[in-house]
Amino acid sequence: MNKNTYLYAGLIIFGLAGAFIFPAYKLQLSFLYILIVLAMTWDVQGGQMGYNTFGNILFFGVGMYVASSTQIAMFFSLAEWTDAGGEKTFVHTIPQFFQGFGVGILLAGIIPTIIAGVIGYGILGLRGHYFAICTLALGIAAGELAGGIEIIGAGQGMTVPVWPKGFGSNASSSQFLYYLSFTLALVTFVTLKWAYSTRFGLVLNAIRDNEDKAEAMGIHTMRYKIIGWMVSAFFVGIAGGLMGHINGYIEPTEIAFAGPTFGVFMVLMAILGGKGTLWGPLVGATLFHLFKEGFWTYFLGWQYVALGVLIIVIVVYFPEGVMGWLREKYPERFGEVVDEADLKAQVELK
Amino acid sequence: MDLLIFQAPILMVQASMDGILLGILFALIAYGMALQWGVMNIINIAQGELVIMGGYIAYFMYLSGIHPAFGVIVSPIIMYCVGWGMYKLVINKVVDKDLFTSILATFGISILAQQLMNFAFGADVVVAQSNFGTTMLFNNSVTLPNAKIFSGAVCVISAIILVIYMKKSKLGRAIRATAQNARAAKILGVDTEKVYAATFGINAALCGIAGACIAITFTLHPYTGLPYTVRSFMIVIIAGLGNLPAVAISGMGLGVFEEWSDYLLGTEFRIAAVFSLLVIILVYRRFKLARKREYLK
Repeated sequence: MNKNTYLYAGLIIFGLAGAFIFPAYKLQLSFLYILIVLAMTWDVQGGQMGYNTFGNILFFGVGMYVASSTQIAMFFSLAEWTDAGGEKTFVHTIPQFFQGFGVGILLAGIIPTIIAGVIGYGILGLRGHYFAICTLALGIAAGELAGGIEIIGAGQGMTVPVWPKGFGSNASSSQFLYYLSFTLALVTFVTLKWAYSTRFGLVLNAIRDNEDKAEAMGIHTMRYKIIGWMVSAFFVGIAGGLMGHINGYIEPTEIAFAGPTFGVFMVLMAILGGKGTLWGPLVGATLFHLFKEGFWTYFLGWQYVALGVLIIVIVVYFPEGVMGWLREKYPERFGEVVDEADLKAQVELK
Repeated sequence: MDLLIFQAPILMVQASMDGILLGILFALIAYGMALQWGVMNIINIAQGELVIMGGYIAYFMYLSGIHPAFGVIVSPIIMYCVGWGMYKLVINKVVDKDLFTSILATFGISILAQQLMNFAFGADVVVAQSNFGTTMLFNNSVTLPNAKIFSGAVCVISAIILVIYMKKSKLGRAIRATAQNARAAKILGVDTEKVYAATFGINAALCGIAGACIAITFTLHPYTGLPYTVRSFMIVIIAGLGNLPAVAISGMGLGVFEEWSDYLLGTEFRIAAVFSLLVIILVYRRFKLARKREYLK
């Protein structure tokens, strides 16, 4: 019996029962799970691989648009749907809704993965700040392009199919999304935990520590970098698809390709929790969500000011994050052996 | 092709002229970025916000009855102080850290500045009327607002002044020494902390001049800063650090590209074209460098 078993069991029970314990906060919790997925997948690049990307938001937006466009286009004409705007002239029947939903979410995972694979070879060859700025531009360019395409609603955005009438009670829509997001977060966590324990995780860390040396040791670093990005893209794409349904409405620059909000949130959450650790992004996402909800509720209007200050404070004064701080404080909990004599000698040297 | 630009070839001249005058502005902003990138090894995402801030100073002069063209004198002075304060508050803590830290910290500043400007100046698109009139060329078929010509001239003059200042003055020598080797400069008695603060201030002042020019030639809005950052970043990576003629040329090239894409693709794709061009340039550069690496092997 592992000492972490209770922790895992507790979290899973919380996740499963959460929809009934806090019925009023169901959407908030689904939102939290999505944020956890975003932070954990960002950490695959930013923390484990050392490639600080601002571009994962691209997959988020693509997933969002793909999921709902597929669901609509399977049964109706997409152009007519977006022309109709908010008016619900087209209504999905119950089987249509779920068929479209399933296919849409699946494609929302697959298409971003393909995009990541295709553009990965060009973009992951960039290093350091060139990579960061290039991915930043990628996300914003995608948003601007989506804002110019008529069939998906251009700048006005599009509505997402609504929950079919007469199926379940009023709350079942949010319950459905709650459990889907929870499953997604769980699957992401388990997949990444497994992936980090394999050779794949070691290679990612080797790339972060010294890419040239890793290449010299005979590792095809590019292959691993692309696979890592594709894994992230898959989960982020599905998260985007679910987010579209949680919002009920898609808009290119503020919701789908929201570089200044979600694109930065995911970086911030991972750094706040401690990048390069498995639990860090999860802890960071939870803390950040609490903070964000507090500010969005009580300081409405000033929330982005608070966000800017938060970014500066975290990055400048707290770059190791919660997990890094804990690790420094309780190194033995992390399986590190502390040599007292060595520590004393270091202090004296300083 | 039934595009307007091919039916009326004179529009090509118009687009190119507009582009060159616009590109001079970009080149000035990019020069500031190259300066502080070269000296402090920091990429300032808030560069665009500094530009917009400088523009609002000129706009407020216009509102209070002073001709906004004087903004090109007042705005750099105020922006120098803003840049200096920004350095003392935040940037000096991230100078020695890795580049991503500085990118993220300046991103935070950028969000903060956008919001504060939004509160202070409102979310409306504003423009400072300069009433300079327009110049007609080629039988009245090409119109050039005098304000654009004025701003182009201001940018060229301020760039020349800066180059001379960097060559001749004591501070300029200290800045160049720090850029070459900060540690050696420190050993030889250069107060690098002061040099960094001055560099950041000069960068902000350049942004202030460019911003004042933008206020009289184009429009201002609190959230339009980021494209200026990306443009200057793009110009710097094409031209390289510390290569001023190349900065000027690639700046004008970018301006012309933008005006042409405006006519060819439509205004709604203008920003998208800028950002896509950046991605394309970076990826092209990566393949070029990879080929060089292969060759060295």
